Amino acid sequence: MLSLTILVPAILNGLLTGAVYGLVALGLTLIYGVLHIINFAHGALLTAAMFAAFFAHRLLGLDPYLAAVVLTPMFFVLGYCLQRFVIGPAAHGEDRNVLLVTLGLAVVIENMLLYAFGADTRTINLDYAFRIVDLGIAFLALPRVVGFGVVLAVTLLLWLVLSLTDTGKAIRAVAKEKLGAQLSGIDVAHIYAVTFALGTACLAVAACLLVPTYYVNPHIGNAFVLVAFTIVVLGGMGSVTGALVAGLFVGVVESLCGFYLGESLGQIGIFVMFILVLLFRPSGLFGERA
Amino acid sequence: MSHWSARITRRKLLQTTAVGVAAATGVVNAPSVLRAQGSAVKLGVLHPVSGALSYSGQQGRLGATIAIDEINAAGGIKALGGARIEAMLGDAQSTPEGGNAEVEKMNAAAVAAIVGGYSSSICLTASQTAARYDLPYLVDVGVADNIVTRGLKNTFRFGPGFGVIAKTALDNLVTINDQAGKPAKTVMIVHEDSLFGSGLAKLLNAQLPERGFQVLETIPHPTPTRDFNNVALKIKTQNPDLVIPADYYNEYVLLARTMQQQRVRPKGIYSVLGGAASSYKFVKEFPEAAQYIMDCNHWFDPRNPKALALKKKVEDRGEFYTYEVFMNYSCILLVADALERAGSAQRAKMIAALESSTFAGHVMPYGPTKFVDGQNQGAAPVNTQVLGNDIQLIFPQTFATAKPVFPVPPA
Repeated sequence: MLSLTILVPAILNGLLTGAVYGLVALGLTLIYGVLHIINFAHGALLTAAMFAAFFAHRLLGLDPYLAAVVLTPMFFVLGYCLQRFVIGPAAHGEDRNVLLVTLGLAVVIENMLLYAFGADTRTINLDYAFRIVDLGIAFLALPRVVGFGVVLAVTLLLWLVLSLTDTGKAIRAVAKEKLGAQLSGIDVAHIYAVTFALGTACLAVAACLLVPTYYVNPHIGNAFVLVAFTIVVLGGMGSVTGALVAGLFVGVVESLCGFYLGESLGQIGIFVMFILVLLFRPSGLFGERA
Repeated sequence: MSHWSARITRRKLLQTTAVGVAAATGVVNAPSVLRAQGSAVKLGVLHPVSGALSYSGQQGRLGATIAIDEINAAGGIKALGGARIEAMLGDAQSTPEGGNAEVEKMNAAAVAAIVGGYSSSICLTASQTAARYDLPYLVDVGVADNIVTRGLKNTFRFGPGFGVIAKTALDNLVTINDQAGKPAKTVMIVHEDSLFGSGLAKLLNAQLPERGFQVLETIPHPTPTRDFNNVALKIKTQNPDLVIPADYYNEYVLLARTMQQQRVRPKGIYSVLGGAASSYKFVKEFPEAAQYIMDCNHWFDPRNPKALALKKKVEDRGEFYTYEVFMNYSCILLVADALERAGSAQRAKMIAALESSTFAGHVMPYGPTKFVDGQNQGAAPVNTQVLGNDIQLIFPQTFATAKPVFPVPPA
């Protein structure tokens, strides 16, 4: 059972799945790192993005990869407005209010989707969805290889934005010291909203990468968000690199557990790991100590 | 004063006349309506048309409504003065609770009988609820054996139960393998981990070794599963002669496609109640992945002109002719026959009529119906195989339209 011909493809598959997990976690960790809140609406927003990608294909015939180009800015704007006009004002400066507001948002979004589209599971059929990339030692599904590449590119882009641009510097300043940033003339409310928007935009990209090989229903986001929370904790709250590395790691763990313990128990490894990290290294792999 | 009272009288007179005329027309009209087409008989048509099983549920509803439309077009139930059948459509939402709620509604609406349920778990609870009201319940597909072994007088199953299906499937597998010179010795089972798949896997694990097959590994997976790469890899390592999947449609298709993608080619894929292997939808959408897959499943009698006419009708509508369609179509015809013989929509009479049913006008290869403790004795599955772009019946010989291709020729 331990032969390389099996182990290598299983690990590669895990890496490809893990990349998308990482992207979902990236949005979550970014919002946490700057706003210091857990965004409970993250899963619901991912679901909404997946529905958007699904209907862009069904109704407009838009390929999910092309849809990403349109949906990412749309979700950026949506995220900005949500933080600026809903979450921010409703929070009244209290973190625990933010928790409740995002939780409320999640309930509203999910149930609106349920009301509008029903509980049906939908899939789209694309002729490239089952194409494979032959590496000699393993056959990899083309859409997942594409997804992997896109996730790496998005992470790199985000990292560049955060380190090189003025907005990126402002985001990092607010994350480090909110009062100091405010005193030096940074519009904190605006930066909060931009960060939330970036996190939401990540979801739109992830949704478009998922839709070709995955299915859509009103509760689908939750399956990813639970894993994303684990990744955020494992990678270190607020760390961009941490989210990606931990995402890849979690993907591999899931794949190998699925392989050795059976598909029904595939996710058990993730949550065992979650508990272990909380016990022994609560700040995560790349996190700063609190 | 007199002037005043006279005016009232005139008004009263007018009013009384108007009411009188209305009443008279009503009285005159009502029987004429009855004579024209009889009062309608309500039938509950219950399927999971939303949720995880929505495709199967919608197909089942399609078959049932086609049958009802045909009966009504042909003059309704003659024993009831040409009464039309009025379908009360219910959505079980793919859950037993959903099914229960619909049965309550249908009972309140005074339906004569309920047809459908589709999944075993929905059939089990819905028929039990119907039993409380002595409401006849005809199971369309649900195969769990205990649906008809609970001693419920109201519950009937037209199709075969799980025990019969599994036994037939194994007998036929042995025969097909023997005829080909016993090329298959090792087996791997891939099954979904709920009642249906686990039950089947357990039974196969007990029975296959007795019949000379070695089970290399049994792989459970949840429904839904989003990725079968690991499963395909496992099959590739073990390299069994035969793969036996027991999955619902989405997972079955994904597994078959992933196996094709990962170049896993066993000597045969043999399914029992395979969600997709006897589905025209699968064959049309993924002909390469479906090629040569064998299945032991519900299937229509290909020599029956009525079955072929229904096939054409369904396909002309742009729908696929799946087993849910012809099973439900047959069930409605069976209930209509019971109504004819009962001469009444009364529940006790309907149950008696179903108990004594010897109906042969359906489209399945079962022969006339004969219910013992609610189970139709003639009901049995058959073996089909995807050959070319079509599904052929390969076993038993009496109904066969093609010879089995096994083992699969090398690519």
